[in-house]
Amino acid sequence: MERRCRVSGTLNLLIGLAMGLNLLALASSRLPTLIGAVAVQGVVLGVMPLLMEHQFDWIVALVALGTMAVKGFVIPGLLRRAMRTASVDREVEPSIGFVASLLLGSGGTIAAVALSRALPLLPEHAGSLLVPGSIASVLTGFVLLIGRSKAISQVCGYLVLENGIYLFGLLLIHATPLLVEAGILLDVTVGIFVTGIIVDRIQRAFDSLDTRKLNVLRE
Amino acid sequence: MMSFLEIVLRVAGWLVLAPLLPGIINKVKAWVAGRRGPPVLQLYYDLGRLWQKGVVLSTLASPGFIAGPAVTWVAIFGAAMLLPLGPAGAALSFRGDVLLLIYLLALARFCTTWAALETGSAFEGMGAAREVSYAVLSEAALITAVLTLSVHTGSVTLATMLEPAAGAGAALLGAGLFCVLLAENCRVPFDDPNTHLELTMIHEAMILDHSGPPLAAILHGAAMKLLFFALLLIEAVVPVGTLSPFAAAATLAASVLAVTVAVGLVESLLARLAFRRVPLLLTTAFLLCLFALLVAWKGGAA
Amino acid sequence: MKPLLLILLPLAGAVLAAVWPGERTRPWLMPVFGLMHTVLAFWLLFDPPVVAPGAWLAFDPLARAVLPAVSLLFLVCAAYGVSYLRVRSERPNRVFVAMMLAVLGLLSAGHQARHLGLLWIATEGVTLAAVPLLHFNGTARAIEATWKYLLVGGTGIALSLLGSFCLSYASLHSGGSGDLTFVALAHQGAGLSRPWVLSAWVLLLVGYGTKMGLAPMHTWKPDAYGEAPGIVGAILAGGVTTVAFTAVLRIRAVVSAAGEGAIADRTLLAIGLFSMLVAALFLLGTRDFKRMLAYSSVEHMGILSVGAALGGAGVWAALFHVWSNSLTKGALFLSAGNINRAAGGRTMDQVRGMSIIAPQSAAIFVAGMFAVTACPPFGPFFSELRVVRAAFDAGRSGAAAMFLGCMLFAFFGLTRLVFAIVDGRPRPASSITSRRFPENASVVMPPLILLAFSLWLGLATPTVLLDAWTGAVAQLYLAP
Repeated sequence: MERRCRVSGTLNLLIGLAMGLNLLALASSRLPTLIGAVAVQGVVLGVMPLLMEHQFDWIVALVALGTMAVKGFVIPGLLRRAMRTASVDREVEPSIGFVASLLLGSGGTIAAVALSRALPLLPEHAGSLLVPGSIASVLTGFVLLIGRSKAISQVCGYLVLENGIYLFGLLLIHATPLLVEAGILLDVTVGIFVTGIIVDRIQRAFDSLDTRKLNVLRE
Repeated sequence: MMSFLEIVLRVAGWLVLAPLLPGIINKVKAWVAGRRGPPVLQLYYDLGRLWQKGVVLSTLASPGFIAGPAVTWVAIFGAAMLLPLGPAGAALSFRGDVLLLIYLLALARFCTTWAALETGSAFEGMGAAREVSYAVLSEAALITAVLTLSVHTGSVTLATMLEPAAGAGAALLGAGLFCVLLAENCRVPFDDPNTHLELTMIHEAMILDHSGPPLAAILHGAAMKLLFFALLLIEAVVPVGTLSPFAAAATLAASVLAVTVAVGLVESLLARLAFRRVPLLLTTAFLLCLFALLVAWKGGAA
Repeated sequence: MKPLLLILLPLAGAVLAAVWPGERTRPWLMPVFGLMHTVLAFWLLFDPPVVAPGAWLAFDPLARAVLPAVSLLFLVCAAYGVSYLRVRSERPNRVFVAMMLAVLGLLSAGHQARHLGLLWIATEGVTLAAVPLLHFNGTARAIEATWKYLLVGGTGIALSLLGSFCLSYASLHSGGSGDLTFVALAHQGAGLSRPWVLSAWVLLLVGYGTKMGLAPMHTWKPDAYGEAPGIVGAILAGGVTTVAFTAVLRIRAVVSAAGEGAIADRTLLAIGLFSMLVAALFLLGTRDFKRMLAYSSVEHMGILSVGAALGGAGVWAALFHVWSNSLTKGALFLSAGNINRAAGGRTMDQVRGMSIIAPQSAAIFVAGMFAVTACPPFGPFFSELRVVRAAFDAGRSGAAAMFLGCMLFAFFGLTRLVFAIVDGRPRPASSITSRRFPENASVVMPPLILLAFSLWLGLATPTVLLDAWTGAVAQLYLAP
């Protein structure tokens, strides 16, 4: 029981760290910092399933390792490469200012904590920050998606959103059958790759990754 | 009731020790840069020299030009007297003294900017405008920090408020207060105290036209403010009040030294931020204090 | 076995298309596999299999009521696709053909999924498989549209995953065993934790509503439909949106079993009417006839949503409308594609006098326009009439009045644009492009066939379909 308490304390600390990284992602004004924040968040999230298991489980370890590799290294690496080859300006160029997005993000975090009190939890999840962390990350992802104009930073926003959902998924780690989990992981990975390809196409077609240039189609 | 001797000691301590801090910071910066740098006691020499000089007064200036620095110094000194020093307590303590503390700091800022505006010079006006616009954010952070301590202990008296909680809350509060310290004392990355370009100055721009004893009062007041914020930061994070007097004195001295060195390191390793980035950092400080407040509030409820 | 074949056959076709060597013969894979799929689907329509209650994938009554329509639409579009790809021989078609077949397979999986997670996987798969189809033209505008589609659609899909997790947690919280089939979830019924069910409903409605294109999550639709080839638009509007609609219906049944049916119906009604209103307003403003089709699709998704909110009779009418809308929209998209190619433009400023340049396509386009604005005797008239009747029967006369008002404005918007394109003297530039893309049977017949189906659906609805829709309503409303 005591070990369980300690583990859930560590878990909460990691989730707190992930929430802090959300705010860092919102405040970072340069693309490398933003990508770095998302990458570290991915690694932090990858560690969590290992902490939730009571005894060592091959499959969970594999999922954790895969998550860490994909979210922490592969995707950030792809984004960095896209940034280099596109030789984009490293400034983030927000359409919602940094201070405003930071305030929105922290308001969202506070609202997430308040909101999660209204949702009943199973006894083994009581006192865990998984739900507020998840909602906060989803909201942060939204702010990044809406408030940033470069394709790379929008992808980062999408990743943060995805991370939030992943956090929520950890609540169900003992319940969902593996088939579904694997399918979900596969879909997410493929989705990211498709996104990467489109980012590449945008770069070639528009010679820029600034999505404000994608403004022909409108009413 | 405190003895007369103790009060004398306390006042002397604040007056004499404060100018040491800028000296240490400059020494650290010189050390990092591989220079010898000015002596640690440089500020004392400067103060002595300035005190002997005369005052150059503009024909435009009203008495406020002289009164401003004086009132500022007195206000900071008053705030220093309200701050408890570990187990020794404060020179003056009553219920709600924390409000007086915040207002004294605000008064000090008001008088500095007032004196700056008295000169009628464009640079002073610009510096004053920057000072107050950043102060809006840093005061919000400071007030939130005070509120955090107040919520955590359920008290509005400084002597009982400074009993920090361990854990994430203290770390957040410490980080937030450190940012406030840098901003309030016009250090890098908010302002560069060594700059020679008036356009990039904040605090320095406000005191360009001061000379002689008023300038000495301003410099000494700034040094006291630095010491004051260093002590506030330490006592908000480290439970000094529970230690024995000697241990407390040693902890305080060591921590003040650590904070000073940290300021020096920050100053040598970071560059000054562009002006439009400053609000972001101050907002971050505010948010750090706000989250500390939430932790204190939630911890209190649970 | 046959239900599984519905999924595996097109996927196998996709793999085959990916390795098929001949650029000119490859497009024929689409109608071949489409035909096999349609035969299977209609076989199952007439001879429904027995559904095991715990099955994850099955040709259950709801799939039976919708999937054959998608299959039929795909077959006709595939036949059109062969001639289309011959015209567009300058673009490599390997990815296009493979992804078309993959979309068909995943659509069949989505329609037949009786498991929350599996449904999500299939829908996400469809979303991703449609991406290469959207930027088939490879222009900068097509890429812009694809990016918007990916961003909005991806967010919607992410939210529906979050909603699925919420629903799973609701089940887990009330002592569920982690069985996420819709049957098991509905069986838990009122035991499901209320706050979790409500959050799940909101997130899933937003998520799958994005896929359907309900306002205000419809923003990807005009761009995507405007830039994609007509055949892709037809599949998206008639196929992909319906899989999201069946998802909403299945989830609504679970929410209703949990005792929150009234709230679910109210949100569906509100979002449906809002979609119709937004679509009607944009239809009055748009000058581009392919974007017009997108807004019309938003309007019809609103109609489906309103129908789903009105109880059994409403759902029955909505299922009817799925058929009539899919087939009519297909006819419109394909004839719009013809007009677009012949005229070399898409806005009413560039395109005039189509009744002279491409008379047959223009005639089909006008007839399709009357069909889609619910003029008798086409299918949509009868299905929408039933929705309105269900609204009056349910005592929602205010909603019915708003419904009819939106339909009227949509009619104004559509006729304004369509007649501006069809009437008048052709522009000189169009006479050159129309010679490059002459009308022939291979591009005129498919939309004509779809229009004929729509007419037949309206005049003499086959009893087997009536039976299938009744069965689906029974599944959704009488399930445990």
